[in-house]
Formats: sequence, C-alpha cells, structure tokens
Amino acid sequence: MSVLQLEQVSIRYMTGDFKDIGLKEYVMRRLKRNYQVTEFWADRDITFALEKGDMLGIIGTNGAGKSTLLKAVSGIMEPTRGVVRREGSIAALLELASGFDGDLTVRENTYLRGAMLGYTRKFMDETYSQIIRFAELEEFQDRPFRQLSSGMKSRLAFSIASLVQPDLLILDEVLSVGDGAFRSKSAAKMKEIIQGGATTILVSHSIGQIREMCNKVLWLHKGEQICFTSEVDSICNLYEKFLGKGNIREIKQILGGGGKSNGFAT
Amino acid sequence: MFKNLMNRRFLFEELVKRDFKKKYKRTVLGMVWSILSPLLTLLVMRLVFTQFFGRTMEHYTTYLFCGNLVFSYFNESTSQGMVSLMGNAGIFTKVNIPKYLFLFSKNIQTLINFGLTLCVFVVFCFLDQIVFTWKVILLIYPIVCLVLFNVGVGLILSALFVFFRDIQYLWTVFTQLLMYMSAIFYTIDQYDYTTQCLFLVNPVYLFIRYFRKIVIEATIPTLWFHLLMLTDVVIVLSIGCWMYKKYNTRFLYYV
Repeated sequence: MSVLQLEQVSIRYMTGDFKDIGLKEYVMRRLKRNYQVTEFWADRDITFALEKGDMLGIIGTNGAGKSTLLKAVSGIMEPTRGVVRREGSIAALLELASGFDGDLTVRENTYLRGAMLGYTRKFMDETYSQIIRFAELEEFQDRPFRQLSSGMKSRLAFSIASLVQPDLLILDEVLSVGDGAFRSKSAAKMKEIIQGGATTILVSHSIGQIREMCNKVLWLHKGEQICFTSEVDSICNLYEKFLGKGNIREIKQILGGGGKSNGFAT
Repeated sequence: MFKNLMNRRFLFEELVKRDFKKKYKRTVLGMVWSILSPLLTLLVMRLVFTQFFGRTMEHYTTYLFCGNLVFSYFNESTSQGMVSLMGNAGIFTKVNIPKYLFLFSKNIQTLINFGLTLCVFVVFCFLDQIVFTWKVILLIYPIVCLVLFNVGVGLILSALFVFFRDIQYLWTVFTQLLMYMSAIFYTIDQYDYTTQCLFLVNPVYLFIRYFRKIVIEATIPTLWFHLLMLTDVVIVLSIGCWMYKKYNTRFLYYV
C-alpha cells in the first residue's frame, strides 16, 4: 500500500479580471459583458506513488509547479482534477520563515507555530527550551520577532518544525537554512527524521542534495511531468544538461515518448 | 466541525492570545480605552440630542446607551471580522488549518469588549435610576442571538472580502446607513404603523428594541418577536457556514 498516491492531479489557477477589481467593478464588467478570466494550469496530470521510506526529490526550474504540487499533496489545496490519496500523518514545511507575526515575541511565536503544526500545549511546554536551544536563540526569547535576522527566523522555524514525527514529510527548500554551522546541524536532524522511517518529499535546487539523499526523482517542467523514476543519477545528469542548454524537447526525445514517460514508475 | 474545534483548542487559544496582545500591547490605556471609547460616544450623543435637539424623554441616557451598546458591538465585530481571514493569509496558505478559527478568535476579542461595555451599562442604569427586575435574566437571549448573528455576518463578510476587497468601504457606508435606521437616538413612535413595521426588518433594531423593552419598560417582548430574531440569526449563520464550506479550499487562489 502506498503512503502517497497521486492520480492525474491537475491544478488550475484562474487569472484575469476577477482579482483586485472589487465588487463595483465586477458588477460593471459583468453588465458590460466585458468580464474575462483566463485559466492557468500550474500542474497537469501528475501521477506518481510513494512507498513507505521513499525519499522523493522534485526538480524543475522556477514556475515548474513544484510548490503548488506540494500544496495539493499536503492538503492545503484541493486539486482541480485528479485524486490525492494519503496515509497517516503529514507535515509540510513550506516557505518556513513566513507566517510568523512580527509584533509577537519569539516565545509567543514559537507557541503559535507549534499550535499550527498541531502540537499540544503539554508537548510545547516540554520541548520549548529544546527548540530555543536548537535554534540558538536563548538570548532573544522575549524580543519582538521582527527584530530577528532572517537567518534567525528560519532557524527558529526549522527547529519547531523538525520536532514532528510524521509518516509523510514535505520539505520545500528547507535544507538550505541558516549559516554553515546550522546547516550541517539541520541536515543531521533531517536525516534523523528520515531514518525514523518517514516518507519524504524534498524540493531543492541543489542537485547534489537530490543525488545524495533521494531514491526517486520527479521532474516537472511548466506544470508537466517530464518523468518519475528511481534512476536518480541519470535523470540528474540529464537535468544538469538541460539547465546548461535549456532545450526541453530534446530531453523528452531522450526519455522517449511524448513527455509523460512513466517508464520507470514503480 | 465541533470535534475539529476541540482538536484545535490549543491553536485557538494561541490565536485569541495573539489577537489580544496585538490589540493592547502598544497602547498605554489598553483595555481602559475600550470602555472609554463608547462612553465618549455616549457623552457626545447625549449632549447633542438633549442640548441642541431638546429631547426630553425619560431615561434618555439609558435609551441611547442601549442603542450604542448593541450597535457598536455589531459594528466592531463585523468590520474587524471581515478582515480577519485575509489578515491571516500568510498562515492558511502554508498550513492546513480550519479557517473559521481566525474569525472566531477575533469575535472572542470583540465579545470581551462588549462584556466590559455591558458592565459600564449596568452602572449607568443604576445612575439613571432604572429598577432591575428578574426579567433582566432574559437579556441572555438577545445577547446570545447577537453573538451568533455577528459570527454569521462575519463569516459572510470575511469570505466576500477575499474576493472583493472594496467590500470594506461599502460596508462602512452600509453600517452608517444602518446606524441611522436603527433608531439609536430617536423613537419610532412618530411614524405610522407601516413604517414602524419596516423597522422590524432591521435585525440590529430588533436587538436594541429587546434591550430597551427589558431594561426601560420591564416588559417581555412577544413570542413572535423572539422568533423573528431567531430567524435572522439562522439565516445569516447558514449563509455564512455555507460560504465557508463551499470556498474553504478555494480561498487561497484569491489571496
């Protein structure tokens, strides 16, 4: 049984007139029959499945639909079409440093974030000092959050989020947090969680990281699934080649078929 | 939905705390201001309408206060509730949490404000030589209805606000209109019967009227008056819940 299964998942954003025009303008344009909406498919027909213990790396250039896909996987968004099936608990660490409140203190923000991630108060009371120690923010506990540097913010965010012991862990560019020392510390922590048996999805622009950690790879390009396979190394080579030259058609030809190659799918 | 709320109790408490701290943290007067502000409004209105317009009605201060009490709670709760969802866009686009929590936590805050003003109201009633009877207990009914009504309106507005940002300005104009139509500082006796009935269409007026009946006249409104209030509450709440249910996963496309 798969921990995570996506079938033909497509996500559509609507762009065009409806945004930022307000009610008055909306009514006016409707009356004048001048109301236009255009579709934008952020993801199209994404299909893959992950087994327990898998580590999936998602690669693709900016705007490939990676973050949107993760939102659908984590349940924040519902796909416009297709099905997402999940088993067990899920923890999504997306764009860590945002969503904090600048006016509150570090301590208050820590509790609030913990609550958002679904921890209990008891758990937070027990682990609070551990979180602060890991984030190396002992001297800043009662400072307003906005006085922190951006590195400190993401360090705190990572420390809170890494307490989870989920069945499915989603990491969006979180392994590149903080300075060198913290980075190795966070990478170690992450490995610990992954070795605990969690299925992990990792989005990273660092190909080295993907090669090193992942056993499966999903390549997205402009919302399209280029491939999903367990041959991480060869795909990473291809991807690097593509980044150098930038010709997606050629890549599709190499992979064979019309692009939606699932040749190596599990 | 209710079970969900229990699971999220910790989060809800933290949100309430946050809203509270943000509101009172940087003000010297803090919560005192919440009491002072309606009092000043009352003072101004009383001054204007007794001195300039020469209203000489028995218990006019209490009459005014009833109107102000209800209306300012309604106004505060709905206009702040409206922006509560959008204001937390940074959170619900990152974490999957029930979105109505933001509105509820805002409502708790305005409810506490209302409670404080209510205490001042009671003091003023004593000063105005109002005699309380056992019927005061019945005020629980309009208060509960008002809270639910505000939640309902808040649900509708906060959902609409995600799609149409100019609702904020339209709502300000609308509440202004509503204030003048709620007979806060005048009585409706001067109008003919049909016009008087039209006032009953305004839910805010119903709440104010209930307060006045109990406090000033010490009479209990009729059964159908109760039912009329309940109907308003049910309608507004159902529309609000339906909107949240329908757009729950679609909000984030629009932020």
